[in-house]
Parts: sequence; C-alpha cells; structure tokens
Amino acid sequence: MTIKAIQEDLIDEFSMFEDWEERYQYMIDLGKTLPLIDEQYKTQENIIKGCQSKVWVHAEMKDDKVVFTADSDAIITKGIIAILIRVFSNQNPQDIIDANTDFIDAIGLKEHLSPTRANGLVSMIKQLKMYAIAYQTQLN
Amino acid sequence: MFPVEKIRKDFPILQRQVNGKPLVYFDNAATSQTPQQVMDAIVDYYSNYNANIHRGVHSLSQEATDKYEEARLKIQKHFNARASHEIIMTAGTTHGINLVASGFTTLLKKGDEVIVSALEHHSNIVPWQMLCERSGAELKVIPMNDEGELILSAYDALLSDNTKLVFVNHISNALGTINPIESMIKKAHAVGAAVLVDGAQACPHIKADVQALDVDFYVVSAHKMCGPTGVGILYGKEEWLNKLPPYQGGGEMIAEVSFEKTTYAGLPHKFEAGTPNICGGIAFGAAIDYMNQIGFEKIDAYEQELLEYGTKKLLEIEGLKIYGTSEHKTSVISFNLDGIHPYDVGTLLDKMGVAVRTGHHCAQPIMDYFKIPGTIRASFAFYNTKQEIDVLVEGVKKAQMMLS
Repeated sequence: MTIKAIQEDLIDEFSMFEDWEERYQYMIDLGKTLPLIDEQYKTQENIIKGCQSKVWVHAEMKDDKVVFTADSDAIITKGIIAILIRVFSNQNPQDIIDANTDFIDAIGLKEHLSPTRANGLVSMIKQLKMYAIAYQTQLN
Repeated sequence: MFPVEKIRKDFPILQRQVNGKPLVYFDNAATSQTPQQVMDAIVDYYSNYNANIHRGVHSLSQEATDKYEEARLKIQKHFNARASHEIIMTAGTTHGINLVASGFTTLLKKGDEVIVSALEHHSNIVPWQMLCERSGAELKVIPMNDEGELILSAYDALLSDNTKLVFVNHISNALGTINPIESMIKKAHAVGAAVLVDGAQACPHIKADVQALDVDFYVVSAHKMCGPTGVGILYGKEEWLNKLPPYQGGGEMIAEVSFEKTTYAGLPHKFEAGTPNICGGIAFGAAIDYMNQIGFEKIDAYEQELLEYGTKKLLEIEGLKIYGTSEHKTSVISFNLDGIHPYDVGTLLDKMGVAVRTGHHCAQPIMDYFKIPGTIRASFAFYNTKQEIDVLVEGVKKAQMMLS
C-alpha cells in the first residue's frame, strides 16, 4: 500500500470513534499490544530524548524499502509510534521523504505532534526522514 | 471560612473550559493565575502612563517612575528588607541567581567550596556549576532522604572554613518540602559562608522575612504569586550587593561614562541595566497587594486543608505513590501510578480539563534518586477547591483504568 492509502485508511478508522476516550483507548491498546522494536536496538544511540517520554528508533533496508522499528516508555506515545510505523515503514525512501504528516491532524492527534510538546515524536519523524534520506543517497 | 468562591470571581481564567470540560488548574507551582486586580494594573499602566522611567522630565515619565518605585517599596515592605535599594528588580528567579553567581566569579578561588542541595531546581544547580568551572571552586551536594527532606547531619559535615556559599530552595518545586532554611543559614554563617535562598516556590505560600531569616540573598518570581511573567526580584544584603560587580552593562546602571572610565550607579541601579519591565514591576506590586489583602496566614491555612484533603483522597487509589512525604510541605502533591508513565496520565487528565505538570520538573537529580522518569504533580493554590480535587481524583482513577 502507498503511504497515502494507509493514511486514508487511518482517517477512516479514526472517524468511527465518537469521542476522545474511544480514540485514546484505541491508541493505548495499540501501544500495549505491538512489539515495536527488538530489545538489542534500544540503545543510547537510538534514543530520541523528549523532555518527558523517551523514544527509540531503529531503521534497516530490506528489498529497497526502509523498515522502521521503534518504542517508547510512555504508552500513548507508543500508540502514536505504532501509527507512524504503519504509515512510514516498508516504504521506498523517496516516498518517505516526500510524505507529509497532515493525516495526524485529521485523526485528532495534532496536539501530540506540536513541536513544543516534549514527547520526542516530532524529533522521531525528523529521524525517520533522515534515515530515508540516507538510504536514498545509497540507492542513487 | 475561607472565601474561596468570592476569590474565584477575581480570576477570569477559572471560568474557561478546556477540551469541553471546566478547567481545573493544578499547575500553580509552574505559574499562578492572574487576578483581575493585577490585569487592571497592567491595563492602567498602558492606558494612562506608559513611559520610560528614571530619565524623562515629562509628567508621564515621572508618574511611571513614581509607580515603579512605589512597587519596589511594596516589595521591600513585603519581604521586610532594610532598604528599598536592597531590592533589585530582575526578570525572575533564574535571572537573580545568575546575577549572584556571576558576581561571585572573582570572589572565589580554587580550594573554595560551594554547597547546593539535592532538592534544587536546575536553575539553582547549573549557574553554580558554571560558577565553579569559572572560579575553580568545588560544588558539594547536601543529600536527601526517602521523605524528600535534606539530611541535615550531612549538611553539617559538608560545612567547613572552605565553604563560601550555600544555595538552597526555601521550598522544593518537585516535592513541596519546606526546608529548614533558618537553621541552615545560621550554620552557614557560623563558618563565614553566604547563603542564597531560592524563594520561587515559597513566595505564593509564605511571607518570608529576610531580616528575621538573616539571609544574604533571596530570589523570587512574580508569576508564582499572581503577578506577570518576566519579572522578579533579588533581595541582597547591602554589604553583599556592594561587593558584587555589576552584572550587565548598559543604560541606567551608570553614574558617568567616558571612553576612559565609567563609574557605576549606586544600588539598586547598578544591577538594573537597560529599560526594565516597568509594567511588570508595577503589576508585581499589585499582586503583592492582592495577596496581602487576603492574608498569607489565611492562604496558608486553606492550602494546608487542600493538601490534607488531596493527599487523603489520592492515597485511597490503589497503586498510587506520593513522592515527598515530609511533614513540612506546601500544597504540592507529586505522585505516580504503579507501572504507568506519568506522561500518559497527564495526557489523559488534560483531556478531562485537569491541568497538572508531568515530567522531571526541572529537578532530574530528585527523579534519579527515586529511580523514576518523572512524576505527576498537582499543586494547589488558594483559589482551588475540594470539589476540584474530587475531579482530579476521579480523573486519575479513569486514567488508571484506561492505561492498565
């Protein structure tokens, strides 16, 4: 699936939630269930320090696609990471570079991606794009 | 009975909704809300006598200068300083601390020691580390116990003839512990060391008497006590302020300037380079008037009631742990839920209209001591109510249910 199609799916899914509680419960459940990263990659080098919650990101290239794994010590942050991974992982580097994150607003999670929110997510997205740029350079 | 309902009417912001719910504001230790009386002072300044001070011959400038200096006198009276020139207007607590830390650079030498407490805010740690790097002095730390209290026997052991400065907060921002600064100051003076007390967390709860405390420096931010942000004071004993060199150069702080030699103005202007936050200073004076009209003893008694009620109600929640359990505390409750990250709880509480602070509260050493990433901190002010605490407690229960 393309990044755009996954984003549209997500917008559809989130439109079914009636209030913030359902939306957050869904993210919390996502955060609880998904194994997001191999423990060996939860290293100091892979850590993105937000002021409040920590985020770890690892990237590798498989069949010309970038595969991301990530984790956080806070469960809501982890739920959002699960959503971001669903969108950005297993994609061509150039598509990741070109993609935007406007869908976050459409699914009612804009506040978590504010640059002033110290949860590490904004830096995480930057980091995903940096990895994509690095891999794209290798491909060229 | 404490007239909380009447007082709440002075704070327009308490009427607003957040995320569709009535705001419950429990982040008072970060910044207090502003009563209409203080806002009126701000509007009055810009509507009627906005002008630069201490220099104009025109009427507006004179009026603004008079009001600004009147505010300084109010502040002097409030903290019971001997003289108004011992009150240096600053941009806030951090500014005051840095001013003193900078001034001590040339007064310290290698082999000197400075003591800081384990309960400090980063703003009362980092400037001293920087001072030690510049001067070659050594930084010593007073440890704390599980209750979040300073271990005074360790403090006694740290004090020596080499001790030149001691820095401690009056009240811990992260835990609410009230430190026994009076005896700590006496002990420091006995070895000839000066003491700076960070009063940022104390000023909304306690009327500090700098002469009775015999403290050398006391720093405060207006926005912690119903005043605006970006303004505060440094109280310093006159003899110390005379010893310290000027902090920043500029207008206002000079007596005479030539390219050969500049002489500095006397106190307090020596430390007040540039155009100050005139309106902020005047509004700070209005905030002090407002709080004194209610009365600090009444405020403290009511807040202790809120603290007791909140502590009791929160402890009824299974798996909830409170950090900072000293008997001497202000209305700050720092807590965590077993197995749940504080950030998650704070995020869900916000959805319910409850504003708390989560994280390390700029006091990472305290979090390291407890081996936690941070806490959820609810801090109550005199305009909060027990009903609001009930909303918090229900919110915490709901967050716990959603997150477990």
